[in-house]
Amino acid sequence: MTLTATRTRWLQDNGVYVAVGVLLLFNALFTANFLTLGNFTTQLVQAAPVLIVALGMALVIGTEGVDLSVGAVMALAAAVIPLYLGAGPLPAILMALVAGLAVGAFNGFLVARVGIQPIVATLALLVGGRGLALVIANGQLVQLHDPAFLALGTDDVLGIPISVLIAGLLALMVAALTNRTTFGRQLVAIGGNRRAATLAGLPVTGVLVGVYTICGVLAAISGVLATSRLAASDPADMGLLMELSAITAVVVGGTPLTGGKVRVLGTVMGVVLMQLVRATLIKHDLPDSIAQMIQAAIIIAAVYVARERR
Amino acid sequence: MTTLTAATRTKVLQRQGAAVALILMVTVSWLVFPRFGSLDNLRDLALQGSFLAVIALGMTFVIITGGIDLSVGSLYALGGVLAAWGSQYGFLAALTLPLAVCGAIGLINGLLIARTNMAPFIVTLASLLFARGLLLAITDEGATTYQIAPDSAFVELGRGTVFGFGYPIFIAAALCALGGVVLNRTNFGQNVFATGGAEQSAVLMGVPVARTKIGVYTASGTLAGLAGALTAAYLQSGVTVIGVGTELDAISVVVIGGTLLTGGMGTVLGTVIGVGLIKVIQNVINQIGTLDSNYQSVVSGVFLLIVVVLQRMLRR
Repeated sequence: MTLTATRTRWLQDNGVYVAVGVLLLFNALFTANFLTLGNFTTQLVQAAPVLIVALGMALVIGTEGVDLSVGAVMALAAAVIPLYLGAGPLPAILMALVAGLAVGAFNGFLVARVGIQPIVATLALLVGGRGLALVIANGQLVQLHDPAFLALGTDDVLGIPISVLIAGLLALMVAALTNRTTFGRQLVAIGGNRRAATLAGLPVTGVLVGVYTICGVLAAISGVLATSRLAASDPADMGLLMELSAITAVVVGGTPLTGGKVRVLGTVMGVVLMQLVRATLIKHDLPDSIAQMIQAAIIIAAVYVARERR
Repeated sequence: MTTLTAATRTKVLQRQGAAVALILMVTVSWLVFPRFGSLDNLRDLALQGSFLAVIALGMTFVIITGGIDLSVGSLYALGGVLAAWGSQYGFLAALTLPLAVCGAIGLINGLLIARTNMAPFIVTLASLLFARGLLLAITDEGATTYQIAPDSAFVELGRGTVFGFGYPIFIAAALCALGGVVLNRTNFGQNVFATGGAEQSAVLMGVPVARTKIGVYTASGTLAGLAGALTAAYLQSGVTVIGVGTELDAISVVVIGGTLLTGGMGTVLGTVIGVGLIKVIQNVINQIGTLDSNYQSVVSGVFLLIVVVLQRMLRR
C-alpha cells in the first residue's frame, strides 16, 4: 500500500473524530462561554433524540437498508402518549413504544418477507404514519401536565440529564449488540452480501425484521423523550425531517450506505459533529440559510472522503 | 408457451394496474359525488396535478437510471422564489432565472453522482439542504415573500386559461408528451434504460453512462425549477414554505405509475396516471368534507403500499 493510499484509508476511518476535535478546539478558542458545563449539557440534551434515532438507523443501513419512517414513528409516539397518560406515565410510554415496535416490525415484514425495497416500504410509512398520528391527535397540539412524565425531560441524575443518560446507555447497548452478539455478526453479513448470507443458512428474514423493529422502538423512545422535553404532544412537527438528520449523522460517521459495516462510535461522533456545527454557526450569529448550506457541504465532503473507489 | 402468456399477462397488469385503479376511482367518484364531475372541479384537479406532473416527469427519468433525486422539493420552492424575484425584470428573467439556477444545481448533482461514484441519495440530500439554504438567503431568512405584479405577462403564464383550463395544464401535458418521446424514441432514452438496467454492462457496451446520468439530474433540477416558476405565477408570489416533502410525493407517484425503483423500467404515462390517482384521492377526501384532511396522507400511504406489494407479488 502506498503512503497516499494509507493516508486516505486513515482519513476515511478517522475523519469524523478529527473533525469533532478541530471544531472543539475552534470553539474553545473563539467562542465565548463555550467551555462551560451548562453549554455542554445543552448541546448533549439537544443531540440526544437524534442520537437515539441514528443508532437504529445505523443498524438498518448496516443491512444495506434505510428507514425513512423514523420521523413518522416519533410523531406516532407523541400522538399516543396523551391518550394513555391518564393511566399514568408508564402505560403511556409503553403504548408509545408498542406503536414504534409495530411500525418497525411491519417495515421489517415488508422488506424481508414481501421483498420490497427498504426505501419504498418505509416511504409508505413516512407518508401514512404522520397522517395517522395527526388523525389520532385530531391535528391538535396537546399540552402535557403529568409531573412524573415531564420529569423525564427536565430531571437529571448526578448532573447528567435523563435523556442524555438514556441515549448513552442505548449507544452502549447497540455497540454491544453489533460487536459482541451473533445477531450483530449476522446483521453485518446480510448487509455485506445478502445472497451469500442466505446460502450460508443465516436467518436473514428474522434478523432483518429484528433490525427494523429495533429501529422503530428506538425512534419511539426518541419521540417519548422529545415529547417530555417539549411538555406537549405535537404530532405535526415532532421528528419532522428526522430521517434526514439521522441518515446524515450515520453516513458522516463512516457507515457506508452500501451496507456490511456498522460504526456505532462513528455514529455517535457523527451526531456530535452535526450538533457542534449547528451550535458553532448559531453562536457566531450565522443565519439559518448559511448554516444549511454549510451542512450540505459537510455531508458532501464526508461522503466524498469515505466513498468506495471503483 | 403458457408461461410466456402468463408472464405477459403479469406484465400488462403491472403496467396497467395504476390505470385500472384510476378508471375505477374516477368512475366511483363520479357516481358518488355529484360535484366531482363538474367542469370546475375537473379543471381544478388538472391544474393541481400539472405542477406535480412536471416534477415527477424529471423524477421518472432519474429513477429509471436507478437513481433518486431528493432535491426537487427544495428546488421547486427555490424556483418559485427566484421567479417571483426575477419578475421585476420582466417575463424572460422570471422564467429563465429559476430554470438556470435549478438546472445548475441539478447539473452539480449529476456531476457529483456520475463522476465521483457517490450515492444519489446522499448527494441530492445535500442539495436539498443547500437549495433550502439558498432560498432562505435570498428571502431574508424566509421573512420576505416576493410578489409578482398582477398585471404582468408572467402571471398570465400561471393564471391564463384556454376553455377554462389553465396554461400550466397544457405546459405539463406538452412536456410529458415530449418526455415520453425522448424516453422511447431517442438514443438518450435508450441510454437511460440501459444505465438503469445493468450499469456495468452498459459501460462495457459503450453507453455514455456518466453523460446520461448528468443529463437526467440536470433535467430533473430544471423541471423542478419550472414547476416552481409556474406555481409562483399561479400564486402571484414566491411562497417560501412550499415544497417540503414534495420529493416524496414525486417519488410516490412515479412508483405508483409502475416505474421500478431498481431502475431499467418505467413509463412517463404511468407517472401521469400516478399523479392523477393521488390528486383524485385528495380531491375525493376534500369532497367528503367531514373527513379529517389528515386522512389524505394515510390513504396515500396505504395506496402506495398496496401498489408496491402488488408489483412485488406480480413480479414473482
